[in-house]
Amino acid sequence: MDLLSILQVLLKGTLITAELAVISFAMAFVIAIPFSLGQVYGNIPIKIITTSYERIIRGVPLLVVMFIIFFGFPSIGIRFDPFTASVLSLGICSSAYQSQIFRGSLLSVPNGQIMAGQSLGMKGTQIFIHITLPQAIRFSIAPLTNEFTIVLKDTSFAYALGVTELLREGTYIISTTYEPLLIYLLCAAIYFIITFSTNSIVRRVEKRFAIHGFEFRGERA
Amino acid sequence: MIKFINVFIEAFPFFMNGLVFTAELALSSISIGFVIGVLVAISRTYGNKLSYSISTIFVESIRGTPLLVQLFIFYFAFPQIGIHLSPLVASIISFSINSGAYQAEYIRGSIQSIDKGQMMAALSIGMTKWKSILNVILPQSLIKVLPSWTNEFAYLVKYTSVAYLVGVPELMAQGEFVASRNFEFMDVFLGVALIYLVIVMILTWGMSRIEKMVRMPGV
Repeated sequence: MDLLSILQVLLKGTLITAELAVISFAMAFVIAIPFSLGQVYGNIPIKIITTSYERIIRGVPLLVVMFIIFFGFPSIGIRFDPFTASVLSLGICSSAYQSQIFRGSLLSVPNGQIMAGQSLGMKGTQIFIHITLPQAIRFSIAPLTNEFTIVLKDTSFAYALGVTELLREGTYIISTTYEPLLIYLLCAAIYFIITFSTNSIVRRVEKRFAIHGFEFRGERA
Repeated sequence: MIKFINVFIEAFPFFMNGLVFTAELALSSISIGFVIGVLVAISRTYGNKLSYSISTIFVESIRGTPLLVQLFIFYFAFPQIGIHLSPLVASIISFSINSGAYQAEYIRGSIQSIDKGQMMAALSIGMTKWKSILNVILPQSLIKVLPSWTNEFAYLVKYTSVAYLVGVPELMAQGEFVASRNFEFMDVFLGVALIYLVIVMILTWGMSRIEKMVRMPGV
């Protein structure tokens, strides 16, 4: 195999990797928002449920979640193909981290602003929509990007279930070319290019939406 | 529920065998990673241009690629250049390097958060640059970094499960071994999950105790 056809196969795998990452990140996002709202604004039982969900998921390795969903669920009659099982487990694991990110950014809006809103006669939902949310979204951009790159790197675990993503395609090529060093370094380079470009694009977006004269959490460090 | 308990008790000796390897992997990688992390963090903050660029390239390239790929490079690709590593050694090396890069970032963050006046004060009473880093800056930043360091430790414990894919007989591999004999995949892997959960919770609890013990008064 020449380098061009190797790259062609690897790019095919990269597409699957990207699909895995984007779908499971979006799924986690949808799960995480109600959970973080429950953790911040919920009553005590809701707080207990959402917090224990987060704690439990964050304490279990992704690989174990994948094996429970892919190998364990058939025994209670639910069968997933490898791709779906990977998306579900990536999504569930990431949702716990994302809900923690949202919780943190909701709580990092200074209390004085909320009091100021109240003193102007705004209602709770008005304060949330006009004061808390716009700032919390900005706070969460940097950690969310970080989380996305983590999900992207973790999609390589789908290799274990036999999804033909980047790493699996690389392993297939190695079994015919016997060039593990070159192929795995190529795989690493592709992952690196994706994470690096994601980071630099988002940094621009963040600057674009920054509030002028406002100290930004991401830039303080 | 009763079935789960039965399966769990039956598999428990295997889990314990695996736990030894998981602990070995996690403890040795976090300690080697810590040494790497401190050195890289110092060279990124106080080093000259050359050491800054080398350590930055190291951190960025490790953090930009998946742990699994790094492990495969050490285990499957290194024999091509004549270096044969056992599964356990390859795992420990790749986990240490990976964790070292993440720890370096955390430690760098906490070094930079130490007030500049501290360094100036140390220099003004006649300490050399390295002495003040070692005796003034580093102790404070290592205490400050503890919460995020705990996070990294928990991450690492969970990521040791990846070693199963190159054939280290750790917790995950033992679970797979038991489940492939009694076909109770659900119960066995729930048991594995439970053990990881308990380890991570004990770890977080213990570290928060340590944080309270070493916290500097008045800071």
